[in-house]
Amino acid sequence: MGTFIPNTREEQLKMLKEIGYKDFDDLFKIIPDEAKVKGELNLPEGLNEIEVDRKVQGLANKNVVFRSIFRGAGAYNHYVPSAVDAIAGKEEFLTAYTPYQAEISQGILQSIFEYQTMIAEITGMDIANASLYDGASAAAEACWMCKDRKHSTIYVSGALDWRILEVIKTYSFGRESKVVVIPDKDGVTDADALRKALADDPEASCFLMQYPNFYGIVEDVDELCKATHEADAKFIMYCHPLALGALRSPGEVGADIAVGEGQPLGLGLEFGGPYLGFLSTKEENMRTIPGRLIGETVDTKGDRGFVLTIQAREQHIRREKASSNVCSNEAWCALRAGIYLSTIGPKGFEEVATLCSSKAHYMADELGKIGMNLVYGGEFWNEFVTTCPDAEKLNAALEERGILGGLPICDGNILWCCTELNSKEDIDEVIAAAKEVF
Amino acid sequence: MKLIFEKSIPGRGQDIFPKCDVPVKMPNVKAKEIKARLPEISENEMGRHYTALAKRAHGVNDGFYPLGSCTMKHNPRINEKMANLPGFAKLHPLQPEHTVQGANELITELEQFLCEITGMDAVTFQPAAGAHGEFAGLLLIKAYHHDRGEAERNEILVPDAAHGTNPASATMAGYKSITIKSNENGTVDIEDLKAHLGPKTAGLMLTNPNTVGLFDPNIMEITRLVHEAGGLCYYDGANLNAVIGIVRPADIGFDVIHMNLHKTFSTPHGGGGPGSGPCGCKDFLMPFLPGLTCKDGKEYKRAEKSIGNLTGFYGNFLVNVKAYTYLLTIGKDVASLAQNAVLNANYMQEKLKDIYPIAFDTTCMHEFVIGLDPIYRKTHVSALDVAKALLDYGIHPPTIYFPLIVHEALMIEPTETETRETLDEAIEAFREIYDRIFNSPESVQQAPQTTPVLRLDDTRAAREPHLRYTFD
Amino acid sequence: MIDPKELKYSRDDEWVRYEGDAVYIGITDYAQSELGDLVFVNLPEVDDEVIAGEALGDVESVKAVADVISPVSGVVLEVNEELLDDASLINNDPYGSWFVKVGNVSETVELLTADEYDEYRG
Repeated sequence: MGTFIPNTREEQLKMLKEIGYKDFDDLFKIIPDEAKVKGELNLPEGLNEIEVDRKVQGLANKNVVFRSIFRGAGAYNHYVPSAVDAIAGKEEFLTAYTPYQAEISQGILQSIFEYQTMIAEITGMDIANASLYDGASAAAEACWMCKDRKHSTIYVSGALDWRILEVIKTYSFGRESKVVVIPDKDGVTDADALRKALADDPEASCFLMQYPNFYGIVEDVDELCKATHEADAKFIMYCHPLALGALRSPGEVGADIAVGEGQPLGLGLEFGGPYLGFLSTKEENMRTIPGRLIGETVDTKGDRGFVLTIQAREQHIRREKASSNVCSNEAWCALRAGIYLSTIGPKGFEEVATLCSSKAHYMADELGKIGMNLVYGGEFWNEFVTTCPDAEKLNAALEERGILGGLPICDGNILWCCTELNSKEDIDEVIAAAKEVF
Repeated sequence: MKLIFEKSIPGRGQDIFPKCDVPVKMPNVKAKEIKARLPEISENEMGRHYTALAKRAHGVNDGFYPLGSCTMKHNPRINEKMANLPGFAKLHPLQPEHTVQGANELITELEQFLCEITGMDAVTFQPAAGAHGEFAGLLLIKAYHHDRGEAERNEILVPDAAHGTNPASATMAGYKSITIKSNENGTVDIEDLKAHLGPKTAGLMLTNPNTVGLFDPNIMEITRLVHEAGGLCYYDGANLNAVIGIVRPADIGFDVIHMNLHKTFSTPHGGGGPGSGPCGCKDFLMPFLPGLTCKDGKEYKRAEKSIGNLTGFYGNFLVNVKAYTYLLTIGKDVASLAQNAVLNANYMQEKLKDIYPIAFDTTCMHEFVIGLDPIYRKTHVSALDVAKALLDYGIHPPTIYFPLIVHEALMIEPTETETRETLDEAIEAFREIYDRIFNSPESVQQAPQTTPVLRLDDTRAAREPHLRYTFD
Repeated sequence: MIDPKELKYSRDDEWVRYEGDAVYIGITDYAQSELGDLVFVNLPEVDDEVIAGEALGDVESVKAVADVISPVSGVVLEVNEELLDDASLINNDPYGSWFVKVGNVSETVELLTADEYDEYRG
């Protein structure tokens, strides 16, 4: 059996005696007998480190790690620079709790303050929070921010990833807000339908769309933003953070809130988590922001320092009236995002966006040449949908070659994704395999 | 210390990305005009920046961390090593089922472990943190009542000693929170509970042992009363470390639970997260579980009346790998965790109670609360001052000003992974601070003196919020 | 600080100043000193109804939040926007810092005179 308890049994008994207890039974007599477990729990014998290592490695080895990945749909295979793992692995960062005691936690606080600044910068917004669980839950929180006494209906685009919609609906089951999906037409939000729906509903609070959307298309955000603001509702953009190296930021577009999945910023695929929900907004919405905020201040000598701030919004003070129940967030993932963005810098931020776009366009062209045509006409960045004679067959053939193909979606079509990690050679390999299959 | 933006020099940077090997092509949309001002810095300078930040942080690995209700126990390295295995870390969440059988097997086995530990019948790993687990659990309760045509049950009872997340989660779930008073022993006031139970009761949220570190002796009666009124019982697992292997929440009448894997199950908290807050329930709530659940270890399926999803994919999977690794190590001896955690807390309480007022002076569980109010009234030295003084001894302060029912509270949770010597050193520090409170109170009020910054002006931070760096 | 004689006080530590048919409402010196440095206030909107004995808004310090309980029922005619920009005004001048002006006053909680309030909080 392994253990991380340092005191030996003899030491424990000595300590017990010293404070007036005969043994552990005596110490635990404060618990009524009827509440206690009878007999032994049905758990395996504990293992030593080598045994644990062997067993867990065995499970890991049962999974397939693809050497070449063309699937996105919410989780993106981007390069994680070596510095990210090396720096974030420092145990001072890893083993700290939430920085409640500022004087001893300046390192954590400053790293998040820098992260907040970087998120505000890439999204073009005034301020960002210290992180939320993941993109989908951040989207649900953003919708809630827009609710006031007179406006509660949440509108979302039909071209939004259904997984995000699911989370928004689940949160709304709790918060008892209506969620309305505006249908998509040719892969983009039907702007006329949005205008009409908002015009008919005096309780409309917000409209949330994805940028680029689930099908990879960069929608006409100006039109959607205008339509939303005309109805006096808030415009929320759910963004791929690396797309913002190429596309106008939510701030430039005029959005009220930007949210998204921060996973592409230095986190691996990780079978879905832990990821990183980011949220940024205009300064006027500061007090409705959910979760932690780090702010700058001074110490008694006048030196700069950082603290958790505007905490009266939060659950530990405002309790049932809090802006959210968020307590733990994803600070360590935010640290990774900060290191990632510092590593790539403004030049890398543009380069990676250019690479993703160029590879995706090359692949779309090549697929088109073999009859797998683009399904939608809109402009795209890293993802796109093509037809496919037999998605299952193609993906099986790719899998044999160690390649994770695109995601099969409705009508037998495939949602493809390219990142900077897909070389021309990798793409040509997919095309060659497809030629063999069909 | 400078911010990373203040170390940035135009034109500097690091080379990460290759030349584009295909024709450059961008979406034909309106051009971007404003560029993000990200740092331009060499790898060496960036590394030193973060090393300097690491030196200004304090983790469990740096020293004693008796932060009450946060269970800051040792985070075993093997957990990290296992979570970083490519066979887990490089899995796409939407890979075909047959390519992730090891991951599914791990989650299924972890679910079995947690079911055995809590007595529950199923566990969902959708929630990414404790508060998220609370929200999930309350939605299960809500879906259950709605399904039975009892949507009018819209009140959740929450004791006044509860964590703030409880009432906040209740609001998020569309419930009205009703506060139940604590009695003079610091546990639930049964009469007040009875007075608030009724046809509108959806459930009770209870932390047991509670936030003053006491196991409620009336627990069986409490859960019985709630059930008789038609409500369900929710167990806030924040303090599960105190009773793991000794009491199973389901056996004492709880229907739903969340666990904090970043507390009881040794996964690191990362300076604020990620955590993982799996939510367990009894069989009659299983039809409402969120996410896709994987009962047979092979295939994910959705429960028939599922409340939906709480995260985009399957929750914080890699954190769950760490907790699984931990449970493989500990195995059936989980009760040893609770035993030593409770021993360490009582040891410290016993060695401090002759000078510090203990809020409820009885055998505590894994944590105890000092109520400094009598000393504060005499000396004007506050719980905050004592906390700050501890910083100069290299000790992370306890949780302060919580629970709200104790004035000038200091809530101390040593955890089981601390040695007797560490406890003795901390006891010595507390006793020395006590002497200073009476001999040189100003030295305590002006603490800390050895930290990178002195006391910070929270009021200024809130009155004039600066939430980001302002570029020139 | 001496509580002004011309004002009336509630047991929830709000003051009331009558001016014609309307009343101005603020929080007492005792309340602001108990709360400490205030950092923000949440106020109702003009035309909102307020109900005697129920919260009309709240005040935030760094580590706490407290409801401001309306001593009267009525309709909000005006809110003091200055407080939204600078809550420290309340700490510096509690009796000069009105929160809201309320009209159509229908109901009022039991109010104390300055002397009675001093004794109550003394």
